Amino acid sequence: MIEIRIHGRGGQGGVVASEILAKAFFKEGKYVQAFPHFGVERRGAPVAAFVRVGEPGSFFVRTNIYEPDHIIVLDPTLITAVNVLEGLKPGGWVVVNSPAEPHELGIPEQYRVATVDATSIAIQHKLGSKTTPIVNTAILGAFARAFGAPSLETLIAVIREEAPVKPDENAAAARDAYERTKLSAEVQV
Amino acid sequence: MKLLENSTYTVLKGNHAVSVGAKLARVEVISAYPITPQTTIVELLSEMVASGELRARFITVESEHSAMAGCIGASLAGARAFTATSAQGLALMHEMLHWAAGARAPIVMANVNRAMAPPWSIWTEQTDSLSQRDTGWMQIYNESNQEALDSVILAYKVAEQVRVPAMIVLDAFILSHTSEPVEVYPQEVVDAYLPPYENPNALNLEHPHAIGSLADPNVYMEFRYKLQKAHEEALRVFKEEGQRFKEYFGRAYDTLEAFYLDDADYVLVTAGSMTSTAKYTVAQLREKGEKVGILKIRLFRPFPFEDVRNALRGRKKVAVIDRNISFGHSGIFYSEIKSALYRDSGAPPVFGYIAGLGGRDVRPNDIVEIYEDLKQREEPAEPILWKGVRV
Repeated sequence: MIEIRIHGRGGQGGVVASEILAKAFFKEGKYVQAFPHFGVERRGAPVAAFVRVGEPGSFFVRTNIYEPDHIIVLDPTLITAVNVLEGLKPGGWVVVNSPAEPHELGIPEQYRVATVDATSIAIQHKLGSKTTPIVNTAILGAFARAFGAPSLETLIAVIREEAPVKPDENAAAARDAYERTKLSAEVQV
Repeated sequence: MKLLENSTYTVLKGNHAVSVGAKLARVEVISAYPITPQTTIVELLSEMVASGELRARFITVESEHSAMAGCIGASLAGARAFTATSAQGLALMHEMLHWAAGARAPIVMANVNRAMAPPWSIWTEQTDSLSQRDTGWMQIYNESNQEALDSVILAYKVAEQVRVPAMIVLDAFILSHTSEPVEVYPQEVVDAYLPPYENPNALNLEHPHAIGSLADPNVYMEFRYKLQKAHEEALRVFKEEGQRFKEYFGRAYDTLEAFYLDDADYVLVTAGSMTSTAKYTVAQLREKGEKVGILKIRLFRPFPFEDVRNALRGRKKVAVIDRNISFGHSGIFYSEIKSALYRDSGAPPVFGYIAGLGGRDVRPNDIVEIYEDLKQREEPAEPILWKGVRV
């Protein structure tokens, strides 16, 4: 079973991202669980959502995720605002919405880092507004590229089914992000 | 798990699994008032009614008391009625819950377990539903989203045969807002299992009659006797229909569920979503050679006394883990389990642990610690063993 934690700000689409990611893995034959942080949510405030992925028939716990295998960060300002790396297992992917190069984020060498400028991609595809772009579908493209699953085709199919508006634009954002993702070099575990 | 032909296997939130269950049951009247974390159950149903996907009347009301009053009226008029609520909403319905059971209206309601205020909480705890223990409603506790969907269908099937209302119960957020795979059955299979509700005594303008008028001491007690007999009958019907459920849907349900129980010396008793975490933990303990198993309580009312006795007789020790409390007494499942075992010659010592109140996470390590504590304890001395409380 792998556990993924998604960090975002209220209104960025982190919870929907968790559901799309779970549904994409499910479509590829995995058993899944997706849930939001169980709390009150405000627009702009730090929020989290969670995904578990495993083989069908395996036992899934029903607890919060404390030691994720990988994390996804929808807003680069969260890296300094909250401890997004808390509990992250060594070797895990840190997929960040940022125009910076992976090594520029100051993330410890025991983690693998992927960056993509999901904000620009979302604005380019007119997802959300310029001040509050909806970056969730773009960042999932970057996760698929870094982690190697789900496949881009599956991800795009689920995005088309799940996007409440602009299915083509959301699918294109995921594809662009997948192609433009920058991956860190060797991982030092 | 083999799916039915033409089933849809999809990822659903627990609340939406309940809504889909109600739709498949072809509910005819939904009378509801929103409250977190239940709201998305009736929200999705209202969308289904608005779009024409579900042919039903959706009655918006000004309180939960009225929501239940609406269901009672609809049910007595012969309609299949549904509602959903949580915590304070359920408490506000309290008077009407007695009315529904006393008038023998087979309403099905989903209660999303939420801790009672004050202090305010939106997180899970079973004290809300268990506080309604004596209202005459059946209560079915669910561990997964699939169980929640299935329980809606099963609950109508049983409730309408014995004319007793049924509450299906699921944990706030841990189920209600968690998405996981759920099999959604073809409508025609549900229709074959659950025919339309027929009530020969339905209110009828051609032959007017009243329900719930004054019953003097000469007759009141007989009404109560009949309601108790209906609950006893409900236990039999629940077991029978739970088996028939498998013929139609591929899944069998009973009053209890056993996990690694056959040769278990030590048994953990759980109800609701905590069971999944306990199963994960017990599977690991088994790999280490620990002879521990789980007894999950699904049906709380009517209480399956005999099944509980048969499942626990001859064990070394039993730990009941309650996510609820009866103040001045103990965990509620704990006291019920003990009463079932009273004077049974093979009854094991039973220990009562309280954990996870107000949505506090119950993690695998908590289960391990409860198990280790159980093994080293002698006779139960204290009515409550607190797990994870800061004092």
